Amino acid sequence: MQQAKPDGITPSQTVGPYFAYGLTPNGKYDWNDAFNNNLVTPDTSGERIRIEGQVFDGDGAVVPDCMLEIWQADAQGRFSDPQDKRALTNTSFKGFGRIGTDAKGGYAFDTIKPGQVADPDGKPQAPHIVLAVFARGMLLHNYSRIYFDDEAANATDPVLALVPADRRSTLIATRQPGSGNAVYRFDIHLQGDKETVFFDV
Amino acid sequence: MTLVYPVQSLAAHPPRLSPAYKSTVKRSPSKPLIPMRHTLSELTGPVYGHETVRENDHDLTVQGKGEPIGERIIVHGHVLDEDGRGVPNALVELWQANSCGRYVHVVDQHPAPLDPNFTGAGRTQSDAQGYYRFITIKPGAYPWGNHHNAWRPAHIHFSVFGHSFVSRLVTQMYFPGDPLFPFDPIFNSVTDEKARNRMISAFDLENTKPDWALCYRFNIVLRGQSATPMENS
Repeated sequence: MQQAKPDGITPSQTVGPYFAYGLTPNGKYDWNDAFNNNLVTPDTSGERIRIEGQVFDGDGAVVPDCMLEIWQADAQGRFSDPQDKRALTNTSFKGFGRIGTDAKGGYAFDTIKPGQVADPDGKPQAPHIVLAVFARGMLLHNYSRIYFDDEAANATDPVLALVPADRRSTLIATRQPGSGNAVYRFDIHLQGDKETVFFDV
Repeated sequence: MTLVYPVQSLAAHPPRLSPAYKSTVKRSPSKPLIPMRHTLSELTGPVYGHETVRENDHDLTVQGKGEPIGERIIVHGHVLDEDGRGVPNALVELWQANSCGRYVHVVDQHPAPLDPNFTGAGRTQSDAQGYYRFITIKPGAYPWGNHHNAWRPAHIHFSVFGHSFVSRLVTQMYFPGDPLFPFDPIFNSVTDEKARNRMISAFDLENTKPDWALCYRFNIVLRGQSATPMENS
């Protein structure tokens, strides 16, 4: 169905301080979660990982009312979307996660290490997860990416190459020492000297 | 069909730093955003089936043991792309204050009553034509701490997923003729008047249900245009 051509897109507005009961109830409110922070399903292949960190504002204060969403490929670099013709229809891995930060600005996602996805020229990008950051005080969400510090492909990634060398580390999750499933640390700084790189997409 | 997502369309959005809305001052980037080409990671997005939405999730007036207090309303419209094409199967989530302007959220301590029969959260999926419909209660205005005597105009928060991760939208729907519009820094953070007006629903007498509920129409326009068809060479 075609309507009259709109005169533009609907502008973004902040999620505000009270989104949790609607978007991230997580057992605290009388509403069910459409999404959560565990992307791993029993039939998911690939390396199980956890990504955790905290969100900070321009004063270095933690942001306890932030919502993070991630979107990623499976371990073979395929997206669970019919627009990706290679997507498997028989897997329950959806590749999407959402969480609200806690009182200390903290968050964690349990997922799998994504595979490599080609760029528009067919050149492989380093494994990465795309990230959207929403919060009170943010009129429009910020778009970023999470890379991994143990991936040699970072050196030739075409998107990381766009980023000034001294800011690239803000996009790279660091593997924490320890046994068991890999845990990566990825802090998000909304503003300031350590500001996370955000992309204009 | 592969959609294209012109970056120019983003001009409709408010600037991230809008100092009249004080919380933006420490939460907006101070360094320039880095432009990049869209890759498959940006051009795809989550797809969820009907299992995500339960039968009555679109009707916020039947979630409690009894009926909520307030003015029952229908809010409906289409999720569209920039060419006016309906976006099918779009997940639409909403959350809002009750008729007294009070949110269920634990942080909201506005001294107005909670309604035991109203949570204020809903969810639906657009149909094959992009059409969606909610039944709810008209939310009240409420005070906030941004400046002296600051009140938010009545609004409903919407969260929408489109064809890709870059068409993701969180916005607020307002009601026509609200006297608080000139004083609200969040509404006015959208500097272009035409764009601002796209956040205001239209009173819809034709779809108002006699003796039951007023109706408001709110079309949600997401990023994405149809690609120019490729000539076969």
